[in-house]
Amino acid sequence: MNILVCISHVPDTTAKINFTADGSALDPAGVQFVINPYDEFGLTKALHIKEAQGATITVLNVGGPETEPTLRKALAIGADRAVRINAIPTDAITVAKSIKNHIQANAYDLIICGQESIDYNGQQVPAMVAAFLDLPFVNACVGLDINDGSVTAKAEIDGGHAIYGCSLPMVVGGKKGLVEEKDLRIPNMRGIMTARTKPLAIEEGEDGGHTAAVSFAKPATKSAVKLVPADQVNELVRRLHEESKSI
Amino acid sequence: MIVVFVESWNNHFKKASFEAVSYARSWANTAGCGVRAITSASAENTNQLAQYGADEIAALELAQTGAGIGAQLAGLVGDTQGVVVAGTAVGKIIAPTLAALTSGSLSTNTTGTPTSTSPVVVERGAFSSKGIETISLNNGLPIISFVPNAIGIEEEAGAGAMSTAEAAGADKLTTNEVSVATGKVALPEAEIVVSAGRGLKGPENWGMIEELAEVLGAATACSKPVSDIGWRPHSEHVGQTGIQVNPNLYIAIGISGAIQHLAGVSASKTIVAINTDPEAPFFKAADYGIVGDAFEVVPTLIEELRAFKAAN
Repeated sequence: MNILVCISHVPDTTAKINFTADGSALDPAGVQFVINPYDEFGLTKALHIKEAQGATITVLNVGGPETEPTLRKALAIGADRAVRINAIPTDAITVAKSIKNHIQANAYDLIICGQESIDYNGQQVPAMVAAFLDLPFVNACVGLDINDGSVTAKAEIDGGHAIYGCSLPMVVGGKKGLVEEKDLRIPNMRGIMTARTKPLAIEEGEDGGHTAAVSFAKPATKSAVKLVPADQVNELVRRLHEESKSI
Repeated sequence: MIVVFVESWNNHFKKASFEAVSYARSWANTAGCGVRAITSASAENTNQLAQYGADEIAALELAQTGAGIGAQLAGLVGDTQGVVVAGTAVGKIIAPTLAALTSGSLSTNTTGTPTSTSPVVVERGAFSSKGIETISLNNGLPIISFVPNAIGIEEEAGAGAMSTAEAAGADKLTTNEVSVATGKVALPEAEIVVSAGRGLKGPENWGMIEELAEVLGAATACSKPVSDIGWRPHSEHVGQTGIQVNPNLYIAIGISGAIQHLAGVSASKTIVAINTDPEAPFFKAADYGIVGDAFEVVPTLIEELRAFKAAN
């Protein structure tokens, strides 16, 4: 089976987010970049499939040269080859078009993306890739079983879950549940060494501009917490009713 | 014309349905045009949508999946100025599908209504609520998927002319099972969320959390460690890699307030933190706090809220 895992290169979950002085972009100073956590669940799921039934795993990122360490990390974790599509990922539809072009030139049975990246939180690319290629798509996917090309997928829906069926090829927008947190892998020394010699191809991507970021700002800081003594819980109830009108 | 897709659940509209129409009305007023609501042919009382500003209400035999509905809408939005979809589970599939098929210009996770219409400019959440992006929808049909509960509902009468529509859009998935908990408030749409963390010491102590949620008509949620160790289901995990919520009131009990958790809840209008540790980071993100033991504070809070509900 040929599996494509799409990977975003994002600030670490613990990173403090600052923007450049003119508010036009993220200020990368002091920010550690990682594999998008949603994609990491997808990559690990691909490894499970490879170990159970054999597969070749390609990891792909749309971005500049600065994202290559993130692709190398995915190779160190166990992917077989990497592709960087050289383009500035300015909007989701352009990123999705670049991924579509790559998929059309290569035969993949399964395309796994994280349901969203934790930087721009668009939750757009996986559905767009599926729409461009006219493939079945399961979003918020928390379970995936593949038997002889026949897929059973579990997805979170509002207030519950749904079970879907389809056949390969398909596109998944995955999250925790595809595999568990404890299944995630840290690259070992052997993985890091072999990753250096695994292929990392560079392809040219699409230029776009359907949407444009005008500016970024940080949310307004909260005023100081109003502490209520533990023996005056009734005071909290009063404030929630009269001050914040929450109840 | 602004087109709004209005979702129904078991043939009924919910708050997010009306909020979508209100959103479209607000946009249409800025753009100086009308609102066409497209909804399921099986939805009941579709004329209600006129109260929130729908000038036309078109009923359609809908596909089963978001991708199928997105394909249907692509055939119905040819001559329109914009499309609105609520960011529900299905809406999050419909909007990007529609954008791909129409080569449109999409903003998701949108938290405000358009401040300008040529081009459309809106604010959206980014960096897991650590940032606010102002985005301009420059090329192609502007499509906006908004965060439920971010805008609110406003009544404004529309003409409400009823019609039917037809559009093709095949489902590529077979739906084998749909399981939705009944009698519980669903987390993403809850107006009040009661959330607890490792401070509760074990899954057997969640009874008081559920009781507090019941008194408030709230949904229950939990922190990441609690879902990772299996005390509570993943579907309750709120945070950067779980569900992101923006209720009117978020009550965090025995949760320290790791940056990843705060990213999922900081859009809440009012936050209450209850924790034994006065240094817990959650107190920096909260509006109200009680430094105290959850096992003493929560039962008292339930009692006080019962008394409050009885008196109001």
